[in-house]
Order: sequence, then C-alpha cells, then structure tokens
Amino acid sequence: MTLDSKIPSGPLAEKWDKHRFDMKLINPANKRKFSVIVVGTGLAGASAAASLAELGYKVTAFCYNDSARRAHSIAAQGGINAAKNYPNDGDSVYRLFYDTVKGGDFRAREANVYRLAQVSNNIIDQCVAQGVPFAREYGGYLDNRSFGGAQVSRTFYARGQTGQQLLLGAYSALMRQVGLGTVELHTRHEMMDVVVVDGHARGIVVRDLVTGAISSHAADAVILATGGYSNVFYLSTNAIACNVTAAYRAYKKGAGFANPCYTQIHPTCIPLSGDHQSKLTLMSESLRNDGRIWVPKAQGDKRAPGDIPESERDYYLERKYPSFGNLSPRDISSRSAKEACDDGRGVGTTGYGVYLDFADSIQRLGKHVIEERYGNLFQMYERITGEDPYKVPMRIYPAAHYTMGGLWVDYNLMSTIPGLHVLGEANFSDHGANRLGASALMQGLADGYFVIPYTLGHYFATAKTQKVDNSHPEFRKAEEEVKARIDALLALNGTKTVAAIHRDLGRVMWDYCGMGRNEAGLKKALEEIPVLRDEFWSNGKVVGTGDNLNSALERAGRVADFLEFAELMCHDALHRNESCGGHFREEYQTEDGEALRNDDDYAYVAAWEFTGVGNTPVLHKESLQFENVKLQTRSYK
Amino acid sequence: MKLTLHIWRQNNAHDKGRMVTYQVDHIIEDMSFLEMLDVLNEQLIVNGEEPVAFDHDCREGICGACSLTVNGVPHGPEKETTICQLHMRHFKDGDAIYIEPFRARAFPVIRDLVVDRSAFDRIMAAGGFVSAHTGGVPDANAIPISKVDADKAMDYAACIGCGACVASCKNASAMLFVAAKVAQFAHLPQGQPERKARVLNMVAQMDKEGFGGCTNQYECEAVCPKGIKVAAIALMNRDYLKASLTT
Repeated sequence: MTLDSKIPSGPLAEKWDKHRFDMKLINPANKRKFSVIVVGTGLAGASAAASLAELGYKVTAFCYNDSARRAHSIAAQGGINAAKNYPNDGDSVYRLFYDTVKGGDFRAREANVYRLAQVSNNIIDQCVAQGVPFAREYGGYLDNRSFGGAQVSRTFYARGQTGQQLLLGAYSALMRQVGLGTVELHTRHEMMDVVVVDGHARGIVVRDLVTGAISSHAADAVILATGGYSNVFYLSTNAIACNVTAAYRAYKKGAGFANPCYTQIHPTCIPLSGDHQSKLTLMSESLRNDGRIWVPKAQGDKRAPGDIPESERDYYLERKYPSFGNLSPRDISSRSAKEACDDGRGVGTTGYGVYLDFADSIQRLGKHVIEERYGNLFQMYERITGEDPYKVPMRIYPAAHYTMGGLWVDYNLMSTIPGLHVLGEANFSDHGANRLGASALMQGLADGYFVIPYTLGHYFATAKTQKVDNSHPEFRKAEEEVKARIDALLALNGTKTVAAIHRDLGRVMWDYCGMGRNEAGLKKALEEIPVLRDEFWSNGKVVGTGDNLNSALERAGRVADFLEFAELMCHDALHRNESCGGHFREEYQTEDGEALRNDDDYAYVAAWEFTGVGNTPVLHKESLQFENVKLQTRSYK
Repeated sequence: MKLTLHIWRQNNAHDKGRMVTYQVDHIIEDMSFLEMLDVLNEQLIVNGEEPVAFDHDCREGICGACSLTVNGVPHGPEKETTICQLHMRHFKDGDAIYIEPFRARAFPVIRDLVVDRSAFDRIMAAGGFVSAHTGGVPDANAIPISKVDADKAMDYAACIGCGACVASCKNASAMLFVAAKVAQFAHLPQGQPERKARVLNMVAQMDKEGFGGCTNQYECEAVCPKGIKVAAIALMNRDYLKASLTT
C-alpha cells in the first residue's frame, strides 16, 4: 500500500484552483458513458449523487433506510460553518482554515482543510437556492451565531434542525434527478461487499432488505458515503442502524483505514437510565453557558440534589479550570465527568451522571430568560427523563458522537483502491484528531457538491479502465462469499442474543478505548475482543430466514463487523503514544492533566492495512507537513 | 410494570396478518416505547421466535422512520411526539396496548409493523424541489427574505415525512404532507418560478398513488409530530386552483 496524498504544488490558497485546471475533463457528450455507484444518501451521498447526475454521469444510489431522507445527517442540530464574514467580525477563508486545523489538534492535512474553507461559502449559496429556510434577521439577510472553537460568528442555522433542512435540500435535489431518470435509487438495500477487478473498484454486492435477494452492481467507480462508526460503543448519539460494514468491507479488500482511534465524545448528553437503553440523546452544548456542573464531594452521596448544601458540592470544572470553567472544551469536560463518576461521586440511579445546574442562572436572570434561551431543550429533557430541569438540576454524561477516523483518501477523495472514493464522515480527511462544532455538515456537503464532481471526472479520464459488467467472475465470487456469510449468521443458534454481545463489546470499547486510554487497558481490550468474537460465532443466536425482512440478521451482520473493527481501533490507539484531540492516552499528559502531543514522532496519519482477522494490521504513515500554521499547544487554564 | 401487548403480525405483503398477544414484564418508566419493544424482541429471540419488525432509526424524533399506531392513534397519545420519543411513564402497570402499522392503501404492509412509504418519495420526485443546479446560483444574501416568510417556510419545512397524517385520515389523504412542501416553497422567492408546475405535478402524483382527498377533518394536524398546520392545505388548494386555471 502506498500513500500518495496527491496534494497539488503551489501556494496553499492556489492549490485547489490550480488542481481544477490541471485535472482532465470528460466532454459533456461522453459523460453518459460513465457510471458510478453511490452508497449512502446522507449529506455527502445525496449531494454527490445529485451533482454527478446533473453533470450527466449515470448514477445508481443505495441506502438501507426506507427513504433517502432518513440518513442520520438529519439529526444534526447546531449549524453549518462558512467563511462568509457576513457579520463583518473578521472571518475569512484563512481563519476558518486555521481554526479547523488548530481544532483538529494539528493532525489534519492543510491542503484539504483549506479547500474545505474555500468551498464552505458555495455550500451556503447552494442551500439557499434550494429553498433551505435558514434563520434570518428582520432585514431579510441571513443570521449567524457563534460556536465552540471560534471567536467569530460563522455558523448558519435553521432553528435546532439544521441537519434536517440541509439533508432535505440534498434529498430534494436527489429526488429531482430520480424523477428525471438520471439516478436509479435503491432504498432498503444494504451494501455487503465491494468488488475489485484488476485492482480497481468496479462495483458492489447488495442485499435487498425486504426480499433478502443478493445482487451485484457494476460501474466505472464506486463512492462510499456511509457515515461513522460510533455505534462500536453500542451506545452513542448515532441512529440505531449506523454501522461500519461498508467501510470495513472496503478495508478488508485493501483500502487503508486511517486514524480509527480518533473518536469524539460529546460532553452533554442525557445519561443512560439502565441496561435497556438503546441510544443516547445529545443536548446542545450551549447549555453550558448558563449551567454549572457539579457532583457531591462525598462518595456515594445519594441525597437529593437540593438537600446537598453548597459546601458539600464539587464544582469540579470551575475548580480545575478556573478561567474556562464550565465552558472548558469538549474533551476536558468529558474526561472530568468520567473521573468524578469513576471516583464514585456520580449521580442518578446508575452513578454515571453529573449535575448541570441552572438554579443560579434562574435566580440571577429569571426563569423567563432561561426559558427563552433553552426552552425547547428543557422540554426535550423533561420528555425523556420525566424531570423538570427548572426545579431539579439536569443530569448529563458524555457519549460517543462522531468519528474523525475513516477510510484513508487522497486529495481527490480516492482511497488506496483506485476508483473507490469516500466522502463525508466515512473518510478521515478534514477534522484531524478532533472536529469542531458545525463542521460535519460543512464537510459532508463540500465533498458531495463541490469536490467529487471535479475529481471523479479526472479519474474517469485518466484511469481508462475496460468496461466490466456484473457477470465477471469477481462479482460471482463476492456474491458467493456474501451468501456463505449470511448462511453462517443464520446458522447461529446459541444462547446469547446479538444485542447482548454488542452491549458487551460496547462496554469493553467504552472502558478501554473511550475517553481515556492507556497501554494496559488497550492490551486488555485486545485480549477481550477476540473472546467476544468467538462467543458471537459459537454462542450467538440469530432467528428467522434470509428471504424476508429480518432485523435480527441485519443486526448480526453489522455487529460481526464491529467485533473485528474494534480490534483495529485498539491497535491504532495503542500505537499512538501521545494524546491529541479525541485521543487521550493517560500516560501522555502534562502535570495539569492536559493532553501532551508528540509532534516529533506522531505528526502523521496512521493508515492501516488489513492482514487477516485477528492479525495485527500493518501500519503505513503519511507524514503531515505544516507549511502555513505553526504547531502549538492548546491551553484552557 | 407488566403489560399486555396486542401486536399486528404479518409475515409479508401477501400474508393476511393477525393480532397476536404478548406479555412483557419489568418495563420501567424511563424506557422509550421502542425500547419496550426491544425488550419484547429480545424475549422473542431467546425463545427462538422472530422479532416484531418495525421501522425506526434515529430514536430522537427527527428521521421520521418510526411509524406505529398505538391504541388507534398514529404515534400514540402524546401531542407532537413521535413514538420513539414517547416514554413508558405515560402507561401504567397492567395496561393493554394495541400496536398496529400505519394503515393506508398507498402504504402497503411489508412485514408486521413495517409499511412501504415510497409513494412519498415519488411525490417528491414529481416536484418537491427547486431546480437549482449545483454551482450556478447567486450569493446567499443576494435575495433578502423577510423573517416572517422565512419563519413560515421553516414551520412547514419541519415535516419529517413519517406519514402519520395519512394513517390518521379516514380518506388516507396525503394532503398535509404534500401541502407542507408546497407551502414551504410558496413562502420563498426561490420557489416562485416552479410554483405552478410544482403543485400540479405533486398533486397529480399524489392522486396516482391512491391517496384520498381532504374533507377537512383535521385529524392530520392533531397527530402531526411536528405540529404542521392545516393552513398549508388551504394554501395548496388555492395554488392548485390558480395553477389549473392559468396554465
């Protein structure tokens, strides 16, 4: 495996323009001769499928939901960043670029991030033209708000439903093409494998989730826009079906998997209430502006919060980080909450929660002000927990949220398998070791609307592959493998359900590869994961048949892949002997408990090559060159 | 708490289907309704029976996948709440709960509680968009839009496409769903060039799919988890009439 990032030469600000000119074009009349498969219809997939079809390529798109509109991009709340500088507060493409590289703890590629900042403005234009109802001021112009990690207001939003509105915009554009007959859309179809012919990605094998039929689809290129893998933790803010299968299958077929250990833990989620819980719900981070975070000073203090006097409370963030206090960044807040709970001072029935208390703010500002600022969030909290946060403090706990790691891609968004392109959360490219708020939507749409439509044409024009159809032996072989695997899953007739094994895996990953990691823990995880995998294949239980809608079978296939992928995450976390962004290795911290980066030895992208299930994967390094920003340590004291 | 569940089971689209009764125990009030069904399904799998199939995904009330009729009401008893956001504290020990799919001729059952709502996608493909080719658009602030109009457009854009409006309507009408999209674009300058074609094409597709017409019962508004107002239907009817007479 060779990692050629294909970063264009020249000054940073001119790289993308230069590259766009240097890339070969396909003439309009010839575009219809090229076909592309798009897997996933979230922001990245839907925008790519629509834009490529508009250009004239033959597009076939797949999603496992019943409609393209249900992809989990829809759940993003906060907003989308762009360097418009409408508020006249000093923003620029360069500043958005700089904030993103710094926010990513200097583990992202400068050239990719700069391009992201450049096209951010086009995204907002495009979405407005589609009829996305962004928030506006009374004068009729677009409103902006500020978000973490930035000192300017550059976030565009549509109430608390920005992801929904952007996805519906991309979905509308996609459905328009479906209506025009330029995109063939297959819903309720799950990708089971990618097919490589003569070293190039030439198609996929899918399962029709309603009939169980296995079929092959050939094309001149394949795009994966299949999202992130936070559900490896069992509980996360992801939708239930989110999984790593598509990306992991590509990895098994030879695609490098980059930085799998970079996962983001969001500090303000509603804590779990028991073993039955199926997912965690995120509460906007903005709540920390007016809420004070605390736990009891004494271990095992089970008194009601109102009965614990001021002197027996530990406002631990205010104590440890006096200048940032309750607004300390995500990783620090998350880790501190875990420490308090591991110390036996957590609150709620499970002991895994901390208080987020609004009593002082309500007293200082009045209930109406808090209601105006956070009314909808308070309502959502009450709906889920049955507690009134105006009267008792909220309970919050960190949860797995976003995965910065993903399939390795070059500047053209192509993986190490020629022809296989990866967009959105599924790739690793732009966020380094930590993603800033309101940047996920930006990256998904940048990849789909404004990067892949250019770079895919260049691939078609230069790859010059022969036409292949799905009768090729490689497709037959892949189909047979998929069928054999489904049969093996259906044959599982032990005593433990797939959900129970997934829950066990989640505990291992959360305890040893979650917010805080250390060598001993990761080694322990690497011992425990193969045991769980053996248990799955020897004592797991799957019911039903393969020729019908079978949710038990679908889940088993996804969990089986998580049980292999989890090891890859741990290998990556174990090898990276430094702390950076979402990856906190407990051995590498300053005296004050801050993350201690090691730029001399680890300023590289770690791309892993598959060498067989249970084997240690092979590490390939893409060293990161910082020509424009100066590496520095973040401080929040 | 202990509950008796009466659930619609249907093996596939051709099966006749029937209500089947199950008992679940140890349900706690913090569980969501779907987590209660998870408990039942785990119990079924352990006993070697097939789990109850139901659509769900985000479990935070925004993706629109969940689609259960609970005790005769789409999304159950809580106002403006999808069934995935309904928690078991709204039920009590010993309750009998009836769980059925969203029923409509245009939403055929695929299995158990899973229905085929692809008719909504086809209506969207017929006209639920602004034709804005990627790239060829003006600056986002080139056209000011009054905050009042933008807010109204957002009210209608909040639709999650779940289909509860259809399931609640005695005519199985999809007019609230279609009108929400028509009204969103009608309130925006970007929606004007295609305004007439959009309403004509979307309504034509809606009729073709076998949805009924609106007879002003407003059941749709009552069950809509996002609080979409029937005023959208009035707007769509006006637009439809105008477009029919002038094109």
